[in-house]
Amino acid sequence: MKLISEKGVKRILGTVAFSAISVLFLIALFILNEGLPFIFKYGIKEFLFSSDWQPQQNKFGIFPMITASLWVTFGAMLIGAPLGVAGAFFLSEYVPKTIMKIIKPTIELLAAIPSVVYGFIGVMVLAPIIRENFGGPGLSLMAASIILGIMILPTVISISIDSILAVPQSYREGSLALGATTWQTIYMVTVKASKSGIIASIILGLGRAIGETMAVIMVAGNSVNIPHSALDSVRTLTANIALEMSYATGLHRQALFATGVILFIVIIILNSFASVAIRKRARKK
Amino acid sequence: MFNVKKIISVLAVLAFLISGCGKGRTAITLAGSTAFQPFAEKLADEYMSTHNEVSITVQGGGSAVGIQSANSGAAQIGMADLVILPEEAKSLTATIVAKDGIAVVINPQNKVSDLTTDQVRDIFNGKITNWKEVGGADAPITVVSREAGSGTRSSFEQIITNVNLKKDALIQDSNGTIRETVANDANSIGYLSHGLINEKIKPVKIDGEESTEESIIAGKYKLVRPIYLLVKGEMTGEVKNFIDYILSDEGQKTIKSNGLIPAK
Repeated sequence: MKLISEKGVKRILGTVAFSAISVLFLIALFILNEGLPFIFKYGIKEFLFSSDWQPQQNKFGIFPMITASLWVTFGAMLIGAPLGVAGAFFLSEYVPKTIMKIIKPTIELLAAIPSVVYGFIGVMVLAPIIRENFGGPGLSLMAASIILGIMILPTVISISIDSILAVPQSYREGSLALGATTWQTIYMVTVKASKSGIIASIILGLGRAIGETMAVIMVAGNSVNIPHSALDSVRTLTANIALEMSYATGLHRQALFATGVILFIVIIILNSFASVAIRKRARKK
Repeated sequence: MFNVKKIISVLAVLAFLISGCGKGRTAITLAGSTAFQPFAEKLADEYMSTHNEVSITVQGGGSAVGIQSANSGAAQIGMADLVILPEEAKSLTATIVAKDGIAVVINPQNKVSDLTTDQVRDIFNGKITNWKEVGGADAPITVVSREAGSGTRSSFEQIITNVNLKKDALIQDSNGTIRETVANDANSIGYLSHGLINEKIKPVKIDGEESTEESIIAGKYKLVRPIYLLVKGEMTGEVKNFIDYILSDEGQKTIKSNGLIPAK
């Protein structure tokens, strides 16, 4: 009797787990099925490297969007990664444990704020500041990078803290016993021991930044334009899909699915880098 | 036991009610233009309140979807707000039920109040890039447009003619966000549906004509697009009754009181 119920539980849990995987599989299949035929029909080279996006004239080049996605993500990393990692080290090495236990969940709350709210703050506060102080339309690459930089902070900080705390206390004690200061201990011992975890946190942040849509549509301005400065307005891959999907039909619609295929591939590559980094850390322990 | 009986009887009554609701009702689906969607919803509500034998559903999706679903039969009535109907719509019976003006709007801080069609075209094409070239302050112009496929954008470009939107124009995906962007940026110019003008933005005169209801009805203001209802084949039965209702004085009054311009 006991054996049967044991088997039953296993089967139920298995079904649940499998359905999650099959949903992912179905999504991938659907996007590829809708997008790939277009890519082959239109030509991979033309699709990826032409900067002419004029759906009305059947011209679909997503080079400006790829460039924009990479620049916006790079900008977000420039802001989010140093702030996040520095914050994580401060919280885990300098601040008493009890205080950190209050601050860390507070930072994680940042992740619970809907992206539309970030976008709204970007439009109402950040864009006017950029427009008045630096010129340009305000809705720009810079605005998108700053907003995304803030949005990825909780990811970077909380995963970094976890990996820093996973460094055995004896490492720190050893370093301190040799006469090193707290800072020397951090950059000579803790950083090295928690490196793969920190890299994983940055890559996960990267994945979040490149996939973010709503906030970016609101603050980036959405011009189909290869940016020449941080003040130029840009359109990312995600924004391209979301902006035009509601009106698109026929070839245009397929081109948007093809944009999704490219985005999907980029994110899969990033995530596999992250999981390799995380696995490396796990093996070390 | 008593509980089970109670539940069964409640279920039976519910089932009876639900089946009673659907009985004999003709379903009509409208799909398409987001500009006309709120008006269609209002008209449908009013129509259903006096004709409870009909049930009308209104969906958005844009003009392209309107044409497509009228063709495929997914909707009995397609809604489209284009100046020139595309090839696919040629086989459909088109009825103009309302007109909508497109206002070219700027920030209220901007002194410019009058533009010619040529100036508007040059601004959107990137030939004119500074407000001082059209009589304003020395400031760069920020052009704000709609996304490709939008009915408002294609109508705007068809009426202004030869628009080849400059690459660094900002793109917003709705009338509302265009309004917000123009309201927030003193140097910007955009266009939106006449019914959505408020005190945060300033419509400019085009070739000396204001975008008021009177000048649109008089045919003086040129940025006007018709709103079509598209039906596959001949209009018959309840579909015809509903479109007749929209074209009646009562229906046109609803359209007018909510910011669109009546068809007649």
